[in-house]
Amino acid sequence: MVGYTDKIKEIAGRLLKECTVDMVIGFRKGTMPMMNEPCFATTPEAVDSLVWDSNCGINLANYLTNRKEKVAVIAKGCDSRNIVTHIIENKIKRDQVVIIGVPCTGMIDKRRITDMVAGEILDVSETENTIKVKTADAETLFDKAEVLQQNCALCIHRNPVIFDEMVADAIPEQDVVDRYADIQKIEAMDIEDKWRFFDDLLRPCIRCYACRNACPLCYCPTCFVDESKPQWMGKGQDPMDVRTFHFLRAYHCAGRCTDCGACERACPVGINMRLLTRKLEKDCQEEFGWEAGLSLDQRPAMDVYQANDPEPFIK
Amino acid sequence: MELMGIEPDRLHFSWISSAESTKFVNVVKEVTEKVKAIGPNTHFIKNTAKVA
Ligand code: SF4
Ligand code: SF4
Ligand code: SF4
Repeated sequence: MVGYTDKIKEIAGRLLKECTVDMVIGFRKGTMPMMNEPCFATTPEAVDSLVWDSNCGINLANYLTNRKEKVAVIAKGCDSRNIVTHIIENKIKRDQVVIIGVPCTGMIDKRRITDMVAGEILDVSETENTIKVKTADAETLFDKAEVLQQNCALCIHRNPVIFDEMVADAIPEQDVVDRYADIQKIEAMDIEDKWRFFDDLLRPCIRCYACRNACPLCYCPTCFVDESKPQWMGKGQDPMDVRTFHFLRAYHCAGRCTDCGACERACPVGINMRLLTRKLEKDCQEEFGWEAGLSLDQRPAMDVYQANDPEPFIK
Repeated sequence: MELMGIEPDRLHFSWISSAESTKFVNVVKEVTEKVKAIGPNTHFIKNTAKVA
């Protein structure tokens, strides 16, 4: 992905100069290493701050919800699937967005890298396959494949499924043998262990809702956790309320989640709440043969009725 | 729900029309039996704050 930046600047500059769009949504360098932040360029001069590297894990589809103006957005494979979902759910019109597609070789896991080196990270640079991490006293070189976010290591849709322009030629998709090994491990546990596993997983949650806010699917004007009339659940850190928040949010994402990893990436305490959304992704695939956001012409799994649905769980 | 550790027999779904009284009774009986068989819920409980 080294070298995408120039091409992105060129496309973005052209779209703004020709007034094809009012704004380009992309990434710029953050104030800390490995923390690129969204960038909203509205003038041809502003495109100079756009960048692209392996720290663009935020899902930019999140910034398209209910926009009225014409926008261009830079989209990785997962972002493009969330844009499809947005279009299907009438959150933006297809002719309002210019999608600048990025064939994606994966985003790196900043938490893992921080754990793997000693001391404060001052700078992170990369080549196509390696990541160089600089601290005050050392420089460490990692294989990029070793430090990918888990969702990227498991990704089977790295090329955008929908785009108007491409930044580079499509790349080969990964052959992932088993996307759900970790889920199967939990499924095989007995009921008590399952309960304990999620107790441990969710215990550190501080209910900051960063995961919800980072997720392009979570666009409800008032989220169920914020409602007070009626109040569906407690607002504190009672373990039952934390659990209710997590499994209900996961259900709201059922058949829509693209496993972009933005939620897990945003979590300040590093909770892998994707275990819940991925279980539902797995179920959607097994029960309905459905994968979210692959086509504009297909209604989502949770939005179709078939008279011959077996529904064995309904008595 | 099962993945999270809720016993499958604790959660039931049914589609009953307002005219199907017999079905309603049967489903309620069945749910009651199943839940009784697994006993009281020990996990998914929220203890309300005790006010002095
Ligand atoms: S999930 Fe796939 S498309 Fe998305 S950032 Fe990771 S590798 Fe790229
Ligand atoms: S739930 Fe997480 S992985 Fe799924 S679409 Fe939302 S942010 Fe992405
Ligand atoms: S981002 Fe993490 S700590 Fe915050 S609500 Fe989500 S899981 Fe909890």
